[in-house]
Amino acid sequence: MSRASEDSNRRMLRARDAMDRAYAEPLDVPALARIAHVSEAHFIRTFKTTFGETPNRYLQRRRVERAMFLLRSTDRTVTDICMAVGFSSLGTFSRVFAEVVGEPPSVYRRRGPVPLAPSCFVMAWLRPGSN
Amino acid sequence: MINALTISSIYVLDQDAALDFYVGKLGFEVMTDLDFGGMRWLQVHLPSDPTRSILLEKPGPPSMSEDTAAQVRELLTKGATGGHLFFQTDDAHKTHAELKERGVDLPEEPITQPYGIDFGFRDPFGNHLRIAQMTPPPSA
Repeated sequence: MSRASEDSNRRMLRARDAMDRAYAEPLDVPALARIAHVSEAHFIRTFKTTFGETPNRYLQRRRVERAMFLLRSTDRTVTDICMAVGFSSLGTFSRVFAEVVGEPPSVYRRRGPVPLAPSCFVMAWLRPGSN
Repeated sequence: MINALTISSIYVLDQDAALDFYVGKLGFEVMTDLDFGGMRWLQVHLPSDPTRSILLEKPGPPSMSEDTAAQVRELLTKGATGGHLFFQTDDAHKTHAELKERGVDLPEEPITQPYGIDFGFRDPFGNHLRIAQMTPPPSA
């Protein structure tokens, strides 16, 4: 019953869900393409057509969003949080965080703790825009 | 005033496939399945909670044009129609194992959360489902 584009969307959604879930792991294109049951060659382009941004950018935003949560809810150091959400370089983390959030991690942290809620609500609420 | 939530509605791509999934796999039962000629009213509920039901609605005429329905189908399969269902269970690990046994695509294991143990997944169309074993409040 479902048309080709709908089947494709659903596969891309499966890969996006994996990024939401396993953001701290070193997810690469081959792994994500496997989760989506599509070939590596088409994965990046199809994902971008579907969700309006590359898988890499989506994963960066997901990691930044988790970092936002940890910055406000824990006393862990920025370096520790950077590694915990899946970045391997503090320089990249700081640059991407500032680009997405509009201020550096240390400044954002001063906003204080967030209330407890089901993780999926917090996830949606804290998710930064894609610009 | 208003005193109960009785029917919630989500979009599905195909109502027969929705029956396979919600009744055949998740354990719902059919409450109403009526063909109104061009529109099929398909309503299911959990045997243990018959006061709340879910309408499994296929986007299309007469409530919307074919073009609009195509847009809804697009959004649905991208997980963007806002179809969310939150369920409760007494044992998240056991339920997870049972659903897996029945062939439900479960991409995550039960996770311990501040409010209990839960896991998320999607129906075949893109709606988001979550099953939680809630931790009782301390004084309850």
